[in-house]
Amino acid sequence: MSETLIKIRGLKFSRGDRVIFENVDMDIPRTGITAIMGPSGTGKTTLLKLIGGQLTPDAGIIEVDGQDVHKLRTRDLYALRKRMGMLFQSGALLTDLSVFDNVAYPIREHTRLSEVMVRQLVLLKLNAVGLRGAVDLMPSELSGGMARRVAMARAIALDPMMIMYDEPFTGQDPISMGVLVQLIKSLNDALKICSIVVSHDVFETMSIADYVYIISAGTVVEHGSPEDMHNSQSEWTRQFIDGLADGPVPFHFDAPPLLDDLFAASGRRRG
Amino acid sequence: MVNHLLDRIQGLGRSTMNSAARLGRANVFLMSVFAGLSGMLVRPGLLIKQLFSVGVQTLIIILVAGLFVGMVMALQAYYALVDFGAEDSVSVMVVLSLLRELGPVITALLFAGRAGSALTAEIGLMKATEQLSGMEMMAVNPIERVVAPRFLAGIVSMPMLAAIFSAVGVLGGYLVAVELLGLDSGAFWSQAQAKVELYEDLGNGMIKSLVFGFVVAWIAVFEGYDCIPTSEGLGQATTRTVVYSSLAILALDFVLTALMFGK
Repeated sequence: MSETLIKIRGLKFSRGDRVIFENVDMDIPRTGITAIMGPSGTGKTTLLKLIGGQLTPDAGIIEVDGQDVHKLRTRDLYALRKRMGMLFQSGALLTDLSVFDNVAYPIREHTRLSEVMVRQLVLLKLNAVGLRGAVDLMPSELSGGMARRVAMARAIALDPMMIMYDEPFTGQDPISMGVLVQLIKSLNDALKICSIVVSHDVFETMSIADYVYIISAGTVVEHGSPEDMHNSQSEWTRQFIDGLADGPVPFHFDAPPLLDDLFAASGRRRG
Repeated sequence: MVNHLLDRIQGLGRSTMNSAARLGRANVFLMSVFAGLSGMLVRPGLLIKQLFSVGVQTLIIILVAGLFVGMVMALQAYYALVDFGAEDSVSVMVVLSLLRELGPVITALLFAGRAGSALTAEIGLMKATEQLSGMEMMAVNPIERVVAPRFLAGIVSMPMLAAIFSAVGVLGGYLVAVELLGLDSGAFWSQAQAKVELYEDLGNGMIKSLVFGFVVAWIAVFEGYDCIPTSEGLGQATTRTVVYSSLAILALDFVLTALMFGK
Protein backbone atom coordinates (compact mmCIF):
# COMPACT_ATOMS: atom_id res chain seq x y z
CA MET A 1 0.00 0.00 0.00
CA SER A 2 1.16 3.51 -0.80
CA GLU A 3 1.18 6.40 1.65
CA THR A 4 -2.01 6.75 3.69
CA LEU A 5 -4.38 9.55 2.74
CA ILE A 6 -7.26 8.75 5.10
CA LYS A 7 -6.64 7.42 8.59
CA ILE A 8 -9.56 6.28 10.72
CA ARG A 9 -8.97 5.27 14.34
CA GLY A 10 -11.43 4.05 16.96
CA LEU A 11 -14.44 5.37 15.07
CA LYS A 12 -17.73 5.15 16.95
CA PHE A 13 -21.00 6.40 15.60
CA SER A 14 -24.63 5.78 16.58
CA ARG A 15 -28.02 6.95 15.45
CA GLY A 16 -30.23 7.07 18.52
CA ASP A 17 -29.87 3.71 20.26
CA ARG A 18 -28.60 1.98 17.12
CA VAL A 19 -24.85 1.56 16.95
CA ILE A 20 -23.60 2.02 13.38
CA PHE A 21 -19.84 1.83 13.98
CA GLU A 22 -17.98 0.42 16.96
CA ASN A 23 -14.25 0.91 17.07
CA VAL A 24 -13.53 1.01 13.34
CA ASP A 25 -9.93 1.44 12.14
CA MET A 26 -9.03 1.97 8.49
CA ASP A 27 -6.14 3.20 6.37
CA ILE A 28 -6.95 4.30 2.86
CA PRO A 29 -3.98 4.85 0.52
CA ARG A 30 -3.30 8.04 -1.42
CA THR A 31 -3.53 6.32 -4.77
CA GLY A 32 -5.54 3.40 -6.02
CA ILE A 33 -9.07 2.17 -5.62
CA THR A 34 -10.22 1.16 -2.16
CA ALA A 35 -13.52 -0.67 -1.98
CA ILE A 36 -15.66 -0.53 1.13
CA MET A 37 -18.16 -3.32 0.93
CA GLY A 38 -20.79 -4.82 3.12
CA PRO A 39 -24.47 -5.67 3.32
CA SER A 40 -27.12 -2.97 2.97
CA GLY A 41 -27.68 -0.93 6.10
CA THR A 42 -24.18 -1.40 7.52
CA GLY A 43 -23.44 2.32 7.29
CA LYS A 44 -21.27 2.49 4.17
CA THR A 45 -22.80 5.79 3.06
CA THR A 46 -22.61 7.04 6.65
CA LEU A 47 -18.88 6.31 6.59
CA LEU A 48 -18.43 8.51 3.50
CA LYS A 49 -20.40 11.29 5.18
CA LEU A 50 -18.16 10.97 8.24
CA ILE A 51 -15.05 11.20 6.06
CA GLY A 52 -16.51 14.25 4.29
CA GLY A 53 -17.28 15.92 7.63
CA GLN A 54 -21.04 15.96 7.03
CA LEU A 55 -21.55 13.84 10.15
CA THR A 56 -19.65 13.94 13.42
CA PRO A 57 -18.53 10.73 15.13
CA ASP A 58 -19.31 9.97 18.76
CA ALA A 59 -15.66 9.02 19.31
CA GLY A 60 -12.49 8.38 17.34
CA ILE A 61 -10.64 10.40 14.72
CA ILE A 62 -10.77 10.67 10.97
CA GLU A 63 -7.76 12.28 9.35
CA VAL A 64 -7.73 13.25 5.70
CA ASP A 65 -4.36 14.31 4.33
CA GLY A 66 -3.11 14.76 7.89
CA GLN A 67 -6.01 16.96 9.01
CA ASP A 68 -8.52 15.85 11.64
CA VAL A 69 -11.74 16.45 9.71
CA HIS A 70 -13.90 17.00 12.77
CA LYS A 71 -11.61 19.48 14.47
CA LEU A 72 -11.39 21.79 11.46
CA ARG A 73 -13.10 25.18 11.43
CA THR A 74 -15.83 25.52 8.80
CA ARG A 75 -13.59 27.52 6.48
CA ASP A 76 -10.82 24.92 6.66
CA LEU A 77 -13.29 22.07 6.23
CA TYR A 78 -14.62 23.72 3.08
CA ALA A 79 -11.06 24.20 1.84
CA LEU A 80 -10.46 20.47 2.38
CA ARG A 81 -13.70 19.58 0.61
CA LYS A 82 -12.55 21.45 -2.48
CA ARG A 83 -9.96 18.69 -2.76
CA MET A 84 -12.56 15.95 -2.30
CA GLY A 85 -14.99 14.79 -4.95
CA MET A 86 -18.09 12.87 -4.11
CA LEU A 87 -20.45 10.97 -6.34
CA PHE A 88 -23.81 10.50 -4.67
CA GLN A 89 -26.03 7.51 -5.31
CA SER A 90 -28.61 9.70 -7.04
CA GLY A 91 -26.02 11.85 -8.81
CA ALA A 92 -27.30 14.85 -6.82
CA LEU A 93 -27.23 17.09 -9.89
CA LEU A 94 -28.80 20.51 -9.40
CA THR A 95 -32.06 20.06 -11.27
CA ASP A 96 -32.51 23.70 -12.25
CA LEU A 97 -29.15 23.81 -14.04
CA SER A 98 -28.14 22.27 -17.37
CA VAL A 99 -25.44 19.60 -17.65
CA PHE A 100 -22.94 22.31 -18.59
CA ASP A 101 -23.85 24.54 -15.65
CA ASN A 102 -23.76 21.59 -13.24
CA VAL A 103 -20.20 20.73 -14.19
CA ALA A 104 -19.25 24.40 -14.28
CA TYR A 105 -20.80 25.01 -10.84
CA PRO A 106 -17.80 24.14 -8.63
CA ILE A 107 -15.41 25.82 -11.06
CA ARG A 108 -17.39 29.05 -11.04
CA GLU A 109 -17.81 28.89 -7.26
CA HIS A 110 -14.18 28.36 -6.39
CA THR A 111 -12.11 29.88 -9.17
CA ARG A 112 -11.99 33.18 -11.00
CA LEU A 113 -11.48 31.69 -14.44
CA SER A 114 -12.94 33.42 -17.48
CA GLU A 115 -16.07 31.94 -19.05
CA VAL A 116 -14.02 30.85 -22.07
CA MET A 117 -11.73 28.89 -19.78
CA VAL A 118 -14.68 27.46 -17.82
CA ARG A 119 -16.26 26.29 -21.06
CA GLN A 120 -13.08 24.55 -22.18
CA LEU A 121 -12.64 22.85 -18.81
CA VAL A 122 -16.26 21.70 -18.69
CA LEU A 123 -16.08 20.27 -22.20
CA LEU A 124 -12.87 18.40 -21.34
CA LYS A 125 -14.40 16.95 -18.17
CA LEU A 126 -17.55 15.93 -20.01
CA ASN A 127 -15.46 14.42 -22.78
CA ALA A 128 -13.67 12.29 -20.19
CA VAL A 129 -17.00 10.72 -19.21
CA GLY A 130 -18.21 10.51 -22.82
CA LEU A 131 -21.00 13.06 -22.48
CA ARG A 132 -19.70 16.11 -24.32
CA GLY A 133 -22.69 15.74 -26.62
CA ALA A 134 -25.11 16.08 -23.69
CA VAL A 135 -23.77 19.47 -22.65
CA ASP A 136 -27.04 21.34 -23.22
CA LEU A 137 -29.40 18.76 -21.72
CA MET A 138 -31.18 19.24 -18.42
CA PRO A 139 -30.80 16.61 -15.65
CA SER A 140 -34.41 15.48 -16.18
CA GLU A 141 -33.47 14.48 -19.75
CA LEU A 142 -30.68 12.13 -18.62
CA SER A 143 -30.87 8.43 -17.83
CA GLY A 144 -29.69 7.27 -14.39
CA GLY A 145 -26.33 6.14 -15.77
CA MET A 146 -25.80 9.39 -17.67
CA ALA A 147 -26.68 11.43 -14.58
CA ARG A 148 -23.99 9.58 -12.64
CA ARG A 149 -21.46 10.20 -15.38
CA VAL A 150 -22.27 13.93 -15.36
CA ALA A 151 -21.91 13.86 -11.57
CA MET A 152 -18.52 12.19 -12.09
CA ALA A 153 -17.47 14.99 -14.45
CA ARG A 154 -18.56 17.46 -11.78
CA ALA A 155 -16.68 15.53 -9.08
CA ILE A 156 -13.41 15.79 -11.05
CA ALA A 157 -14.02 19.41 -12.07
CA LEU A 158 -11.57 20.82 -9.51
CA ASP A 159 -9.00 18.02 -9.95
CA PRO A 160 -9.51 16.57 -6.45
CA MET A 161 -7.03 14.36 -4.57
CA MET A 162 -9.78 11.83 -3.87
CA ILE A 163 -13.22 10.81 -5.08
CA MET A 164 -15.78 8.98 -2.99
CA TYR A 165 -18.28 6.92 -4.95
CA ASP A 166 -21.48 6.08 -3.09
CA GLU A 167 -23.08 2.94 -4.57
CA PRO A 168 -22.17 3.90 -8.15
CA PHE A 169 -23.56 0.73 -9.73
CA THR A 170 -26.94 0.49 -8.00
CA GLY A 171 -29.87 0.18 -10.38
CA GLN A 172 -27.77 0.28 -13.55
CA ASP A 173 -28.23 -1.88 -16.63
CA PRO A 174 -25.22 -4.05 -17.59
CA ILE A 175 -23.98 -1.58 -20.22
CA SER A 176 -24.15 1.45 -17.94
CA MET A 177 -22.58 -0.61 -15.17
CA GLY A 178 -19.71 -1.61 -17.44
CA VAL A 179 -19.22 2.01 -18.49
CA LEU A 180 -19.14 3.18 -14.87
CA VAL A 181 -16.71 0.44 -13.82
CA GLN A 182 -14.39 1.37 -16.68
CA LEU A 183 -14.69 5.08 -15.97
CA ILE A 184 -13.85 4.73 -12.28
CA LYS A 185 -10.80 2.67 -13.20
CA SER A 186 -9.59 4.91 -16.01
CA LEU A 187 -10.16 8.16 -14.09
CA ASN A 188 -8.28 6.76 -11.12
CA ASP A 189 -5.37 5.62 -13.30
CA ALA A 190 -5.22 8.84 -15.31
CA LEU A 191 -5.51 11.23 -12.37
CA LYS A 192 -3.48 9.10 -9.94
CA ILE A 193 -5.90 9.82 -7.13
CA CYS A 194 -7.52 8.02 -4.22
CA SER A 195 -10.85 6.46 -5.17
CA ILE A 196 -13.14 5.06 -2.50
CA VAL A 197 -15.92 2.91 -3.87
CA VAL A 198 -18.70 2.04 -1.49
CA SER A 199 -20.74 -0.77 -2.95
CA HIS A 200 -22.34 -4.14 -2.42
CA ASP A 201 -21.89 -5.18 -6.04
CA VAL A 202 -19.20 -7.77 -5.38
CA PHE A 203 -18.10 -8.73 -8.88
CA GLU A 204 -17.88 -5.23 -10.39
CA THR A 205 -16.19 -3.68 -7.38
CA MET A 206 -13.69 -6.49 -6.86
CA SER A 207 -12.72 -6.32 -10.53
CA ILE A 208 -11.25 -2.82 -10.19
CA ALA A 209 -10.38 -2.55 -6.48
CA ASP A 210 -6.78 -2.57 -5.26
CA TYR A 211 -7.79 -3.01 -1.64
CA VAL A 212 -11.02 -4.10 0.01
CA TYR A 213 -12.59 -3.48 3.40
CA ILE A 214 -15.61 -5.52 4.35
CA ILE A 215 -17.74 -4.01 7.08
CA SER A 216 -20.63 -5.62 8.83
CA ALA A 217 -22.37 -5.25 12.17
CA GLY A 218 -20.58 -1.97 12.85
CA THR A 219 -17.03 -3.17 12.47
CA VAL A 220 -14.42 -4.11 9.86
CA VAL A 221 -14.72 -7.87 9.52
CA GLU A 222 -11.89 -8.31 7.05
CA HIS A 223 -9.60 -6.33 4.78
CA GLY A 224 -7.01 -7.12 2.16
CA SER A 225 -6.57 -7.45 -1.59
CA PRO A 226 -9.47 -8.78 -3.72
CA GLU A 227 -7.61 -12.13 -3.94
CA ASP A 228 -7.41 -12.29 -0.15
CA MET A 229 -11.17 -11.76 0.01
CA HIS A 230 -11.85 -14.49 -2.56
CA ASN A 231 -9.71 -16.93 -0.59
CA SER A 232 -11.00 -15.86 2.81
CA GLN A 233 -12.44 -18.44 5.17
CA SER A 234 -14.16 -15.88 7.38
CA GLU A 235 -17.86 -16.67 7.76
CA TRP A 236 -18.77 -13.01 7.34
CA THR A 237 -16.75 -12.62 4.16
CA ARG A 238 -17.95 -15.89 2.66
CA GLN A 239 -21.59 -15.03 3.32
CA PHE A 240 -21.19 -11.65 1.68
CA ILE A 241 -19.11 -12.70 -1.32
CA ASP A 242 -21.08 -15.88 -2.02
CA GLY A 243 -24.40 -14.14 -1.40
CA LEU A 244 -25.66 -16.64 1.18
CA ALA A 245 -29.10 -15.89 2.60
CA ASP A 246 -28.22 -16.98 6.13
CA GLY A 247 -25.05 -16.77 8.17
CA PRO A 248 -23.55 -14.27 10.59
CA VAL A 249 -25.98 -11.77 9.05
CA PRO A 250 -29.19 -13.64 9.90
CA PHE A 251 -32.02 -14.18 7.43
CA HIS A 252 -34.57 -13.30 10.10
CA PHE A 253 -34.77 -9.86 11.61
CA ASP A 254 -34.48 -10.07 15.39
CA ALA A 255 -37.78 -11.55 16.67
CA PRO A 256 -39.13 -13.88 19.37
CA PRO A 257 -39.61 -17.58 18.47
CA LEU A 258 -42.35 -18.11 15.88
CA LEU A 259 -44.53 -20.31 18.12
CA ASP A 260 -44.43 -17.70 20.87
CA ASP A 261 -45.54 -15.06 18.44
CA LEU A 262 -48.32 -17.22 16.96
CA PHE A 263 -49.87 -18.66 20.10
CA ALA A 264 -48.55 -17.41 23.42
CA ALA A 265 -49.06 -13.78 22.53
CA SER A 266 -52.24 -14.16 20.49
CA GLY A 267 -53.89 -11.26 22.29
CA ARG A 268 -50.91 -8.94 21.87
CA ARG A 269 -51.40 -5.73 20.00
CA ARG A 270 -48.93 -5.21 17.11
CA GLY A 271 -47.27 -1.88 16.42
CA MET B 1 -53.91 1.12 34.66
CA VAL B 2 -50.93 2.78 36.36
CA ASN B 3 -48.69 1.64 33.51
CA HIS B 4 -51.09 3.08 30.99
CA LEU B 5 -51.06 6.41 32.81
CA LEU B 6 -47.27 6.37 32.99
CA ASP B 7 -47.09 5.64 29.26
CA ARG B 8 -49.30 8.65 28.61
CA ILE B 9 -47.17 10.93 30.78
CA GLN B 10 -44.03 9.60 29.15
CA GLY B 11 -45.51 10.22 25.70
CA LEU B 12 -46.45 13.76 26.67
CA GLY B 13 -42.98 14.40 27.99
CA ARG B 14 -41.40 13.02 24.84
CA SER B 15 -43.48 15.15 22.52
CA THR B 16 -42.79 18.25 24.65
CA MET B 17 -39.07 17.52 24.48
CA ASN B 18 -39.27 17.02 20.71
CA SER B 19 -41.13 20.29 20.25
CA ALA B 20 -38.60 22.15 22.39
CA ALA B 21 -35.73 20.59 20.44
CA ARG B 22 -37.37 21.56 17.14
CA LEU B 23 -37.85 25.12 18.32
CA GLY B 24 -34.20 25.20 19.32
CA ARG B 25 -33.15 23.86 15.93
CA ALA B 26 -35.33 26.46 14.20
CA ASN B 27 -33.59 29.25 16.11
CA VAL B 28 -30.10 27.95 15.44
CA PHE B 29 -31.11 27.58 11.80
CA LEU B 30 -32.34 31.18 11.72
CA MET B 31 -28.99 32.38 13.02
CA SER B 32 -27.16 30.52 10.29
CA VAL B 33 -29.54 31.99 7.70
CA PHE B 34 -28.76 35.48 9.00
CA ALA B 35 -25.07 34.66 8.66
CA GLY B 36 -25.72 33.46 5.10
CA LEU B 37 -27.45 36.70 4.09
CA SER B 38 -24.09 38.37 3.49
CA GLY B 39 -23.72 36.21 0.38
CA MET B 40 -26.49 38.25 -1.26
CA LEU B 41 -24.12 41.19 -1.52
CA VAL B 42 -21.77 39.20 -3.74
CA ARG B 43 -24.49 37.39 -5.67
CA PRO B 44 -27.54 39.67 -6.00
CA GLY B 45 -28.70 37.54 -8.93
CA LEU B 46 -29.75 34.77 -6.53
CA LEU B 47 -32.08 37.17 -4.71
CA ILE B 48 -33.54 38.60 -7.92
CA LYS B 49 -34.33 35.10 -9.19
CA GLN B 50 -36.11 34.26 -5.94
CA LEU B 51 -37.96 37.58 -5.86
CA PHE B 52 -39.41 36.55 -9.19
CA SER B 53 -40.49 33.08 -8.14
CA VAL B 54 -41.61 34.00 -4.61
CA GLY B 55 -43.03 37.47 -5.27
CA VAL B 56 -43.95 37.98 -8.91
CA GLN B 57 -45.46 34.54 -9.34
CA THR B 58 -47.72 35.13 -6.32
CA LEU B 59 -49.07 38.35 -7.87
CA ILE B 60 -52.02 36.89 -9.75
CA ILE B 61 -53.66 35.33 -6.70
CA ILE B 62 -53.02 38.52 -4.70
CA LEU B 63 -54.55 40.74 -7.39
CA VAL B 64 -57.67 38.62 -7.80
CA ALA B 65 -58.18 38.10 -4.07
CA GLY B 66 -57.57 41.81 -3.33
CA LEU B 67 -60.11 42.91 -5.92
CA PHE B 68 -62.85 40.64 -4.60
CA VAL B 69 -62.16 41.35 -0.94
CA GLY B 70 -62.38 45.10 -1.63
CA MET B 71 -65.63 44.64 -3.55
CA VAL B 72 -67.22 42.53 -0.81
CA MET B 73 -66.09 44.96 1.88
CA ALA B 74 -67.68 47.88 0.04
CA LEU B 75 -70.92 45.98 -0.41
CA GLN B 76 -71.12 44.95 3.25
CA ALA B 77 -70.16 48.42 4.46
CA TYR B 78 -72.81 49.98 2.26
CA TYR B 79 -75.57 47.67 3.56
CA ALA B 80 -74.56 48.38 7.16
CA LEU B 81 -74.18 52.16 6.81
CA VAL B 82 -77.00 53.06 4.47
CA ASP B 83 -79.59 52.62 7.25
CA PHE B 84 -77.90 55.39 9.18
CA GLY B 85 -77.42 57.62 6.14
CA ALA B 86 -73.66 57.21 6.53
CA GLU B 87 -72.97 55.49 3.21
CA ASP B 88 -70.39 58.14 2.32
CA SER B 89 -68.18 56.52 4.94
CA VAL B 90 -67.99 53.29 2.95
CA SER B 91 -64.53 54.22 1.69
CA VAL B 92 -63.25 54.81 5.24
CA MET B 93 -64.35 51.37 6.30
CA VAL B 94 -62.93 49.70 3.21
CA VAL B 95 -59.60 51.51 3.26
CA LEU B 96 -58.99 51.22 6.99
CA SER B 97 -59.94 47.54 7.09
CA LEU B 98 -57.65 46.79 4.18
CA LEU B 99 -54.67 48.79 5.37
CA ARG B 100 -54.83 47.76 9.01
CA GLU B 101 -56.00 44.15 8.83
CA LEU B 102 -57.16 42.48 5.69
CA GLY B 103 -54.28 43.56 3.44
CA PRO B 104 -51.47 42.19 5.62
CA VAL B 105 -53.40 39.20 7.00
CA ILE B 106 -55.02 37.82 3.84
CA THR B 107 -51.89 38.48 1.80
CA ALA B 108 -49.84 36.59 4.37
CA LEU B 109 -52.30 33.67 4.41
CA LEU B 110 -52.29 33.49 0.62
CA PHE B 111 -48.52 33.91 0.58
CA ALA B 112 -48.12 31.00 3.01
CA GLY B 113 -50.33 28.79 0.85
CA ARG B 114 -48.80 29.74 -2.48
CA ALA B 115 -45.16 30.68 -1.89
CA GLY B 116 -44.50 29.19 1.57
CA SER B 117 -45.56 25.69 0.61
CA ALA B 118 -43.58 25.94 -2.64
CA LEU B 119 -40.44 26.99 -0.73
CA THR B 120 -40.77 24.07 1.67
CA ALA B 121 -41.37 21.60 -1.14
CA GLU B 122 -38.46 22.91 -3.20
CA ILE B 123 -35.92 22.87 -0.37
CA GLY B 124 -37.25 19.55 0.96
CA LEU B 125 -36.97 17.93 -2.46
CA MET B 126 -33.43 19.26 -2.84
CA LYS B 127 -32.66 17.60 0.48
CA ALA B 128 -34.33 14.32 -0.51
CA THR B 129 -32.41 14.18 -3.80
CA GLU B 130 -29.13 14.92 -2.00
CA GLN B 131 -28.64 18.22 -3.82
CA LEU B 132 -28.00 20.03 -0.54
CA SER B 133 -25.49 17.38 0.55
CA GLY B 134 -23.92 17.60 -2.89
CA MET B 135 -23.43 21.35 -2.48
CA GLU B 136 -21.88 20.85 0.95
CA MET B 137 -19.43 18.36 -0.52
CA MET B 138 -18.58 20.86 -3.27
CA ALA B 139 -17.62 23.23 -0.44
CA VAL B 140 -20.66 25.42 -1.13
CA ASN B 141 -22.81 26.40 1.83
CA PRO B 142 -26.41 25.48 0.91
CA ILE B 143 -27.81 27.82 3.56
CA GLU B 144 -26.06 30.73 1.87
CA ARG B 145 -26.88 29.72 -1.71
CA VAL B 146 -30.29 28.07 -1.41
CA VAL B 147 -31.97 29.11 1.84
CA ALA B 148 -30.90 32.72 2.42
CA PRO B 149 -32.05 34.08 -0.98
CA ARG B 150 -35.47 32.45 -0.55
CA PHE B 151 -35.80 33.71 3.02
CA LEU B 152 -34.88 37.28 2.09
CA ALA B 153 -37.12 37.19 -0.99
CA GLY B 154 -40.04 36.19 1.27
CA ILE B 155 -39.42 39.11 3.64
CA VAL B 156 -38.99 41.64 0.83
CA SER B 157 -41.98 40.41 -1.19
CA MET B 158 -44.57 40.35 1.56
CA PRO B 159 -44.94 44.13 2.22
CA MET B 160 -45.02 44.79 -1.51
CA LEU B 161 -47.67 42.14 -2.09
CA ALA B 162 -49.70 43.46 0.86
CA ALA B 163 -49.48 46.99 -0.54
CA ILE B 164 -50.66 45.75 -3.93
CA PHE B 165 -53.45 43.75 -2.28
CA SER B 166 -54.69 46.83 -0.41
CA ALA B 167 -54.41 49.08 -3.47
CA VAL B 168 -56.38 46.67 -5.64
CA GLY B 169 -58.86 46.16 -2.80
CA VAL B 170 -59.49 49.92 -2.60
CA LEU B 171 -59.98 49.93 -6.35
CA GLY B 172 -62.48 47.06 -6.02
CA GLY B 173 -64.27 49.00 -3.27
CA TYR B 174 -64.39 52.08 -5.50
CA LEU B 175 -65.87 50.08 -8.38
CA VAL B 176 -68.66 48.74 -6.20
CA ALA B 177 -69.34 51.91 -4.18
CA VAL B 178 -69.13 54.46 -6.97
CA GLU B 179 -69.77 52.59 -10.22
CA LEU B 180 -72.29 50.04 -8.95
CA LEU B 181 -74.02 51.68 -5.97
CA GLY B 182 -73.77 55.22 -7.27
CA LEU B 183 -71.99 56.91 -4.38
CA ASP B 184 -70.19 60.14 -5.07
CA SER B 185 -66.65 59.68 -6.30
CA GLY B 186 -65.34 62.83 -4.62
CA ALA B 187 -66.86 61.86 -1.27
CA PHE B 188 -65.35 58.40 -1.58
CA TRP B 189 -61.80 59.67 -1.94
CA SER B 190 -62.05 62.69 0.38
CA GLN B 191 -63.52 60.66 3.24
CA ALA B 192 -60.75 58.11 2.90
CA GLN B 193 -58.11 60.83 2.67
CA ALA B 194 -59.44 62.57 5.77
CA LYS B 195 -59.47 59.50 7.96
CA VAL B 196 -56.39 57.52 6.93
CA GLU B 197 -53.16 58.36 8.74
CA LEU B 198 -49.86 57.71 7.04
CA TYR B 199 -47.98 56.23 10.00
CA GLU B 200 -50.88 55.00 12.12
CA ASP B 201 -52.62 53.04 9.38
CA LEU B 202 -50.37 52.61 6.37
CA GLY B 203 -47.15 52.35 8.41
CA ASN B 204 -48.51 49.86 10.92
CA GLY B 205 -50.00 47.74 8.14
CA MET B 206 -46.60 47.63 6.48
CA ILE B 207 -44.91 46.65 9.73
CA LYS B 208 -47.45 43.85 10.15
CA SER B 209 -46.80 42.51 6.68
CA LEU B 210 -43.06 42.68 7.24
CA VAL B 211 -43.42 40.64 10.43
CA PHE B 212 -45.72 38.13 8.71
CA GLY B 213 -43.27 37.86 5.78
CA PHE B 214 -40.44 37.13 8.20
CA VAL B 215 -42.39 34.47 10.07
CA VAL B 216 -43.80 32.73 6.99
CA ALA B 217 -40.42 32.72 5.23
CA TRP B 218 -38.71 31.39 8.37
CA ILE B 219 -41.25 28.59 8.86
CA ALA B 220 -41.20 27.67 5.17
CA VAL B 221 -37.44 27.41 4.75
CA PHE B 222 -36.94 25.69 8.10
CA GLU B 223 -39.62 23.07 7.43
CA GLY B 224 -38.04 22.33 4.05
CA TYR B 225 -34.52 22.09 5.47
CA ASP B 226 -35.54 20.05 8.52
CA CYS B 227 -37.97 17.68 6.78
CA ILE B 228 -37.59 13.91 6.75
CA PRO B 229 -36.28 13.31 3.22
CA THR B 230 -39.05 10.97 2.05
CA SER B 231 -42.25 11.61 0.10
CA GLU B 232 -44.28 11.29 3.30
CA GLY B 233 -41.93 13.55 5.25
CA LEU B 234 -42.04 16.15 2.50
CA GLY B 235 -45.85 16.09 2.43
CA GLN B 236 -45.99 16.54 6.19
CA ALA B 237 -43.49 19.39 6.07
CA THR B 238 -45.48 21.23 3.40
CA THR B 239 -48.69 20.83 5.41
CA ARG B 240 -46.93 22.03 8.56
CA THR B 241 -45.70 25.14 6.74
CA VAL B 242 -49.24 26.16 5.79
CA VAL B 243 -50.78 25.27 9.17
CA TYR B 244 -48.07 26.80 11.39
CA SER B 245 -47.79 29.90 9.20
CA SER B 246 -51.54 30.49 9.23
CA LEU B 247 -51.78 30.09 13.00
CA ALA B 248 -48.71 32.25 13.57
CA ILE B 249 -50.12 34.99 11.31
CA LEU B 250 -53.45 35.09 13.12
CA ALA B 251 -51.90 34.99 16.60
CA LEU B 252 -49.29 37.62 15.75
CA ASP B 253 -51.95 39.79 14.17
CA PHE B 254 -53.77 39.91 17.47
CA VAL B 255 -50.62 40.78 19.39
CA LEU B 256 -49.52 43.42 16.89
CA THR B 257 -52.98 44.98 16.72
CA ALA B 258 -53.11 45.20 20.51
CA LEU B 259 -49.68 46.83 20.57
CA MET B 260 -50.26 49.21 17.67
CA PHE B 261 -53.82 50.34 18.11
CA GLY B 262 -54.40 49.81 21.83
CA LYS B 263 -55.07 53.02 23.73
